[in-house]
Amino acid sequence: MPYDPSDPLKDRLTDLGPRYYKEFFSPIIERNYGKWLYHEILQPGVLKHVSETGDEVYTVRVGGCRLMSVEHIKEICDIADKHCDGYLRFTTRNNIEFMVDSKDKLQPLIDDLKSRKFPKGSNKFPIGGTGAGVTNIVHTQGWAHCHTPAIDASGVVKAVMDGIYDYFGAMTLPAPVRVSLACCLNMCGAVHCSDIAILGIHRKPPMIDHEWIDKLCELPLAIAACPTGAIKPAKTASGLKTLEVNADRCMFCGNCYTMCAAMPLADDVGSGVAILVGGKLSNRISKPKFSKVVIPFIPNEPPRWPSTVKAVKNILEVYAKDAKKYERLGDWAERIGWERFFEKTQIPFTHHLIDDYRFAYTTWRQSTQFKF
Amino acid sequence: MGKHNTPMLDELENGPWPSFVSDIKQQAEKGKHILKEAPDDLLGVMELSYKDKVTHWKHGGIVGVFGYGGGIIGRYCDQPQMFPGVAHFHTIRVNQPASKFYTTKFLRELMALWERHGSGLTNMHGSTGDIIFLGTTTDHLEPLFYDMTHELNQDLGGSGSNLRTPACCLGRARCQYACYDTQEVCYQLTMEYQDELHRPAFPYKFKFKFDGCPNGCVASIARADMSVIGTWRDDIRIDQKAVKAYVGGEIAPNAGAHAGRDWGKFDIVKEVIDLCPTQCMRWDGDKLEINNRECTRCMHCLNVMPQALRIGQDTGASILFGAKAPILEGAQMSTLTVPFMKMEAPFDELKELIEKVWDWWMEEGKNRERLGELIQRKSWQEFLRIVELDPDPRMVDEPRSNPYIFWKEEEVEGGWTRDIEEFRKKHQR
Repeated sequence: MPYDPSDPLKDRLTDLGPRYYKEFFSPIIERNYGKWLYHEILQPGVLKHVSETGDEVYTVRVGGCRLMSVEHIKEICDIADKHCDGYLRFTTRNNIEFMVDSKDKLQPLIDDLKSRKFPKGSNKFPIGGTGAGVTNIVHTQGWAHCHTPAIDASGVVKAVMDGIYDYFGAMTLPAPVRVSLACCLNMCGAVHCSDIAILGIHRKPPMIDHEWIDKLCELPLAIAACPTGAIKPAKTASGLKTLEVNADRCMFCGNCYTMCAAMPLADDVGSGVAILVGGKLSNRISKPKFSKVVIPFIPNEPPRWPSTVKAVKNILEVYAKDAKKYERLGDWAERIGWERFFEKTQIPFTHHLIDDYRFAYTTWRQSTQFKF
Repeated sequence: MGKHNTPMLDELENGPWPSFVSDIKQQAEKGKHILKEAPDDLLGVMELSYKDKVTHWKHGGIVGVFGYGGGIIGRYCDQPQMFPGVAHFHTIRVNQPASKFYTTKFLRELMALWERHGSGLTNMHGSTGDIIFLGTTTDHLEPLFYDMTHELNQDLGGSGSNLRTPACCLGRARCQYACYDTQEVCYQLTMEYQDELHRPAFPYKFKFKFDGCPNGCVASIARADMSVIGTWRDDIRIDQKAVKAYVGGEIAPNAGAHAGRDWGKFDIVKEVIDLCPTQCMRWDGDKLEINNRECTRCMHCLNVMPQALRIGQDTGASILFGAKAPILEGAQMSTLTVPFMKMEAPFDELKELIEKVWDWWMEEGKNRERLGELIQRKSWQEFLRIVELDPDPRMVDEPRSNPYIFWKEEEVEGGWTRDIEEFRKKHQR
């Protein structure tokens, strides 16, 4: 029975959850589940996994735009039908993985992927994102779909990936470099533990839509939303209930705007990019660590954000030249010292980079050990 | 030529990386999606943002399907007359299959469904892991939900103050490091907590993420209120012959991950033994020894020599709580809470732990307070009482350096009630 608009609750099915993952395993993945012995990266973007059953599965990893059309996904399905018996997977970093169960199927798949381009010449399926290279940038919605962003997401990612494209299809770095982008401090993309994070920030306190705020918002919720207590109740000259922001205490988090649409803070010159570096998630050698702010602000420069691209590339290349094998970007910065990091990258160290929020003291140096 | 002139976005069709602009244009030109104008008008509104350097999307209103409080996020354009095709442009979160394996049959069915009910645009995938259907109108929501549940046996994901769609790494499906069945626990917990996922009853969002090993491919330690990270408590398995093959240069170290640059001959002492964070390994030129009792399972040696070293066989997971992005009190990573738990279906021990945590958080948490912030506000000690665990030095990096201990009255001999008159008998005012 099709959906009946006059009786929307008829035959309703709820709480079904996702489909069972094993429905989507190819035979080779199904029969080797839990039996994998080891893997090799045959070339950038191409993996071989060997099972104790003797089976070998070959994976080709390609970068994808997280913002993807139905037509593009159909093309991905065509490729998987042609080469992979109708199976594929996506990774947590918006890559697509095509798998084949024997080596002779590998080259035709690679050739096919390499041959597909968009009309203006960009590659539809760039192969890479493995080992000691740059993998795909995870990102958020930006100007394509979100109400709180300080920057675009898809466009900045496209520009940055074009700029560091060679590192996606190669494994020439000392260790993996994870680049992430979040278009505001809400960080639905959680970039706070990335080797290089591109973060949208605001620099102007919210405006207040005095005539409307009491109709659009629960004022106490907006007051309570402020982590620094900068918002208090006020009255307009005509006696309407409104709010007032103590601009000196505003740290531009945008949490008030999340709670109250009558307090917009995005601005063409106020909002832009901050760059954070040196975070990691893995427990390998050193513990996971947060990314640190090293460039407090770069203006929004659509369509190709040249200053942001240049800043990311500079950090990446100075690191690539200077770090030891296996050293993640944050481990390198800690070994050489942050004073050296700023010297080598020629990034100016300004007062914005010294913490003055909740755990500030824990990041100040209580030692006479420093470098000249 | 599309409906709108988009000279700035057109610049993003150049360069080698896949162009989302080219992709949206191809959908606009030949897509079969029902909301015909959506891709063109999305390009139009984005071009306007590129010009104005601010977003043109408004706060979402309350939209959804009957009986659910999550899964759909309302979205409206602030220039609806200029861009009618995206005036109402709601997001639908669809719960992805664990670790994102697909058949093309299922993907095509999903795409056909979305062509019938939306813009023809998606995110594969959203940050939390869901399949995102990007942009539709309110009148399509109920029909889409009906068709998706009836024809595809597929449900929505989470949004708002509820359990967000759980996510896991690819685990045993194609990785030798998976210390437990990440997909199975992810699936089973998703099914167990469907009510919490669809009907917001929490102070704020709550995320589960399941990493199969300490390499952490789904970022659980940074992103999940409950991070489950695979580990083992017996010995790393060593194939001495394969170790020698690495030393002899017969096998590329690190599975070939550094093959793009000449780093010189593999040096096991420099690259493995000396980099071990606990210095628990020894190489005498013939045999590799690991003092497993001192190993903290950082994965480095296993990553460097995957053909020679394997994870132990007494495997399970460490459970950590409290990670979140910076809003509001600052970013937090999860704190080690249960060093080791066996992870076997039906995962009752884990469920009991989760429910204790949720009961406390729902009782004590303020509006929009993440679990990690509540633990900080109330103390780790309070959290341990709630989850009924004993303190363990593995939960801290170091003991406290300030002596401001909140002693409990029952811990102090004789309690706190004293008689000032008795005191004055010995001490003049």
